Amino acid sequence: MQAMPKWADAILIPFISLLLAFILSGLMIMAIGKDPVVAVQTMVQGAFGSTNGLGYTLYYTTNFIFTGLAIAVAYQARLFNIGGEGQVMLGGVGVALVCLAIDWPHWAIALPAAMIGGAVFGAAWAFIPAYLQAKRGSHIVITTMMFNFIASAFVGYLLINFLKVPGSMSTESAGFPDGAHLPNFHDMLAPFGIEFSANSPANIAFLIALLAAVGFWVLIWKTRLGFEIRSFGASETAAKYAGINPVRITIIAMLISGALCGLMAINNVMGEAERLIDNAPEGAGFIGIAVALMGRNHPIGIVLAALLFGFLVQGGAELNLWESIPRELVMVIQGLVILFTGALDNMVRRPLEKLFLALRKAKEA
Amino acid sequence: MTLMKSFLGAAATLALTSGAALADPALIFDLGGKFDKSFNESAYNGAERWAAETGGTYRDVELTSDAQREQALRRFAESGYNPVVMAGFNFATALETVAADFPDTKFAIIDMVVDAPNVKSVVFSEHEGSYLVGVAAAYAAEGDTVSFIGGMDMPLISKFACGYAQGFKSVKPDGTVIVNMTGTTPAAWNDPIKGGELTRAQKAAGSEVVFAAAGGTGLGVLQTAKDEGILAIGVDSNQNYLQPGTVLTSMVKRVDNAVYDAFMQGDALETGFSVMGLSNGGVGVAMDDNNASLMTDEMTAALADAEAKIISGEIVVHDYMSDETCPSY
Repeated sequence: MQAMPKWADAILIPFISLLLAFILSGLMIMAIGKDPVVAVQTMVQGAFGSTNGLGYTLYYTTNFIFTGLAIAVAYQARLFNIGGEGQVMLGGVGVALVCLAIDWPHWAIALPAAMIGGAVFGAAWAFIPAYLQAKRGSHIVITTMMFNFIASAFVGYLLINFLKVPGSMSTESAGFPDGAHLPNFHDMLAPFGIEFSANSPANIAFLIALLAAVGFWVLIWKTRLGFEIRSFGASETAAKYAGINPVRITIIAMLISGALCGLMAINNVMGEAERLIDNAPEGAGFIGIAVALMGRNHPIGIVLAALLFGFLVQGGAELNLWESIPRELVMVIQGLVILFTGALDNMVRRPLEKLFLALRKAKEA
Repeated sequence: MTLMKSFLGAAATLALTSGAALADPALIFDLGGKFDKSFNESAYNGAERWAAETGGTYRDVELTSDAQREQALRRFAESGYNPVVMAGFNFATALETVAADFPDTKFAIIDMVVDAPNVKSVVFSEHEGSYLVGVAAAYAAEGDTVSFIGGMDMPLISKFACGYAQGFKSVKPDGTVIVNMTGTTPAAWNDPIKGGELTRAQKAAGSEVVFAAAGGTGLGVLQTAKDEGILAIGVDSNQNYLQPGTVLTSMVKRVDNAVYDAFMQGDALETGFSVMGLSNGGVGVAMDDNNASLMTDEMTAALADAEAKIISGEIVVHDYMSDETCPSY
């Protein structure tokens, strides 16, 4: 029997955890001699106060939706994919190769091709650890983590030796052709008479991320494959007994996970930078783990958690910009949120469960 | 009515104070961060020197993601900061778009050339400074092998290596310069352990002087050179004090001067292309009490001679970045 109603599990616990994290962050801000109220105002104003700020928030959110979904797919099969970072990097290579391959006539043609490129490269990078786990029993946490380093070195090698513009110092590819330019929110909302900042990076990839969230829900809860993934995750031996092939499910779950990570590149590489840069994911693959954890591996939760982390990144940048709060402290705030919502879950859950049980008993009596 | 008045008064004061902030300069650090003991810190020191001398205030920001480059530039320009100075070549793409949108704001970019009417581009002749420390290395080494350890493998660092090799071979034409890069990713800037390993390997191959142009990795090189009893050469800032007695000299790159000058000129910043080389104190060889015992008179004379010849144009040091090849290795 569940101790708590569903709403308390899904909403109340994350909310209280967040509140605790923010109170602690406020104390830290006070400790360095700044005003926490002003800090919160700066963050909210910076992240949601203007269409420009909102555009940045949604841009980061898009990244985190993709990686959050990716981690969650693997987690449904109880596979811990720590390699999101590397898979996003390789996805970026796929997107860049597609965008640079020909002079694209229109983004509507370039986008599906780039999506395939990103997804295939991301999935291919996830395939190797998946195969090693399924066939050889090499632990997926270790292999995916190591593959992040290999990806980083590999992409650096590709950039320096093949993709870099000769004579340029920056380790980045050439700029993508105009035909591969994705419409941003400004272009998309102008026909409806809505004014949106032309200089913010939020683009059509945000909608694709939301579609991916819907696709995730359909896949996991409405298809046979999703059922197999969930059963495998719940109990490997029971799944085997029921005729589910563990090798197949491990590899498929990781391929989908890698493909979702690779898809993120249409946002950061194609939508924002419009060229492949070194270390393009900038930690999104790791933040995806926190997003999936906080979102309880459910698409709605993941979208909301991604929005929260998008707010933290953009609001944190504003704190650094206008309040001179060092970026290290901004990272501490993000770390506290992850700590409280993820690792210290039981700290809030246990007392709440007791409270609800006590309430129920009181009612029954 | 009085309430209204005080509101208006407050609004007016606010407008005035923000007006006072209008002429303030702003500085944007690269992803390495403000206190990297090297490039960014040098920029920071220049800004601090300006603030101490003039009593002025400036705003600065440390970035955490690439998307923030354009964002920070735009936010500073919008808010009226002038000039906006950025440390690092990676800002080029962002600056090209932002500079066009804010024609009345002056920008300065260090280590890169951006061609726009309101941009000052400051580049350094690292190859000339490296040439000089190469000459110093040649005199300090008894044998005919010295070495170089770079941070991330990219043309700018090869420019250091190539200048160094040319300087060394101007004294010992048949000598050997071993060149190693720490890595191909930005992590190579902060890997002192690997820097130490490379130093040991180079010593085993006969190197007597090692020049490190590798950011935080260089700290490991300097330390290991001391442990192994060979000489090292520092970079960017004067690093002679880090391991006194075994750091032969440092190839200093005066990023602080570039920032200081830009801040001093304020919104009247002279735009265009500016090269900071030997002739205008942009690069040089660090001499202080810590390395006085290592620098012989012969060496000092040779350095002064080479410096004069480079400034007069008698010696032309090949710039690796002009054609991505090096004649000396």
